[in-house]
Amino acid sequence: MAFAAFANTAQAVDAAPRKSSKIALVLLAPGLAYLALFFLTPLVALILTSLQAPALYGDMGEYVYAFRWENYVAVVNEYGETFLRSFGYALIATMAALLISYPIAYFIGVRARKWPAIQAIALILVIAPFFISFLLRTLAWKQIFSDDSWTMETLKALSILGPDAHFTGTPFAVIFGLTYNFIPFMTLPIYTTLERLDTRYLEASGDLYARPSTTFFKVTLPLSMPGIVSGTLLTFIPASGDYINASGDFLGGPSTQMVGNAIQSNFLVILQYPAAAALSIMLMAVILVIVAIYVKRSGTEDLI
Amino acid sequence: MRFSFGKALLPIYTVLALIFLLIPIGYTFAFSFNASDKSNIVWRGFTFNNWTTVCQAQGVCDSFVNSIFIGVVATALATAIGTAMAIALVRYRFRFRGPVSLLLFLPMATPEVVMGAGLASQFLTAGVEKGMTTIIIAHTLFCLSFVVVTVKARVASLDPALEEAGRDLYGSPAQVFWRITFPLLLPGILAAAMLSFALSFDDFIITYFNSGSIYTFPKFVYISAARGIPAQANVIASAVFILALTIVIVSQVFASRKAKKLAAPIS
Repeated sequence: MAFAAFANTAQAVDAAPRKSSKIALVLLAPGLAYLALFFLTPLVALILTSLQAPALYGDMGEYVYAFRWENYVAVVNEYGETFLRSFGYALIATMAALLISYPIAYFIGVRARKWPAIQAIALILVIAPFFISFLLRTLAWKQIFSDDSWTMETLKALSILGPDAHFTGTPFAVIFGLTYNFIPFMTLPIYTTLERLDTRYLEASGDLYARPSTTFFKVTLPLSMPGIVSGTLLTFIPASGDYINASGDFLGGPSTQMVGNAIQSNFLVILQYPAAAALSIMLMAVILVIVAIYVKRSGTEDLI
Repeated sequence: MRFSFGKALLPIYTVLALIFLLIPIGYTFAFSFNASDKSNIVWRGFTFNNWTTVCQAQGVCDSFVNSIFIGVVATALATAIGTAMAIALVRYRFRFRGPVSLLLFLPMATPEVVMGAGLASQFLTAGVEKGMTTIIIAHTLFCLSFVVVTVKARVASLDPALEEAGRDLYGSPAQVFWRITFPLLLPGILAAAMLSFALSFDDFIITYFNSGSIYTFPKFVYISAARGIPAQANVIASAVFILALTIVIVSQVFASRKAKKLAAPIS
């Protein structure tokens, strides 16, 4: 599958790179120009926008270039809590997705090796959610657990939930949605590393009288680290910027707003571009710092 | 002795987890047969009507056609540009290799909402009106890095001796590329194209910031979510799901047959 690409595929034979940098430049030029024009320039535009001041006597949404650093202070004051909530939700969802996905990946990648057909079917089922709109999938959960659904009524009748329990609009629902949405992104990279795991290492560990749990924590887990790192990044980054699950029309409510919702409403609804831009820059900066530290500490720099 | 979670526990867990993953898909599919009026929330009985009147619900088919068009164009652009970059990155030594790799990694580490807001600010500053073109520009951008990563893996596994043999036999650079390199890269390029199309087709966040008055299918679902989604949207989603699943299954079966054929003479 294409997603195998994330779990840093072992670089095959060094393809004896030739020095002809002229051809390389020709091949790279369109892509570099594209990224410069539509990735780097927008980031600069975002930084400039984040420092804008409202136009004097201007209409709503009219701003002039300035160096209003106070925009950032204002945004931190107003959305500091939202920021913490976003990263908290994303962190919990990432951990949950990892705990749910690792056994799936282990089964498909290691235990099911003897049965390629089961392996193939299970893999297709893991990626099946990609083939159907994620907005509709999220809405499906909302409706399955809506207040008057039989699911909720059954749970209440069985006293698993209290009589006035809600799903939609709670932090649990948002984290549940995030976790659900990113399980495939977590499972696939872990699967690709586990699939290449040499089971003789596990046998060797057993031969040396390691208990199964010791073998798992000292052999299997470290060997699957590249997959875990890819999977957690593929989950954490989009989850912390997500605003679908937390949106009021989907699984969230007023008390579960994430930074994505704040950026969206500032930019597209109340036209406060500087605030939206400042939030975006801060979100990106925090994520880059987290990613850099994480990649460095887990010793998988070659991932990039 | 090999480590195991307990012989039966792991398969049972996997089956349950996969069922959990598939529940919303089953729900969406089932409700494409709901005899609903306006909102498709309560089950009101079974009908095929939604499938036969797909395009009669306002906006469903228009947005679907837009999504297909955007997906095809963005995929073509991203695949062409990205494949060239992947070849350059694996096959040639040049200065600034590190910065180029970093520049390709960054879009993947950038949350969609930031990329969306960034492009939207740029279009706003430049006075570009948002529409089909701006959506395609945005989609090509986020597909590009994924294409490069996918194709790069394929280029790295390609034996350069094959191309050298082509050159030794006086093949022109164009001949060597089209007769040797390209066919060998094709599976990777196709995988990248499929991934691009899937990313583009299902994208909502970046699209919403840069779409102006144009509706894509996910945008249609998002906007309709507040007042109730017509069952016809479930029909479209279910049909796309079945089609995509069929393509994947067929290509898997072909790939495993080919692998068997290749393995046969050796054994």
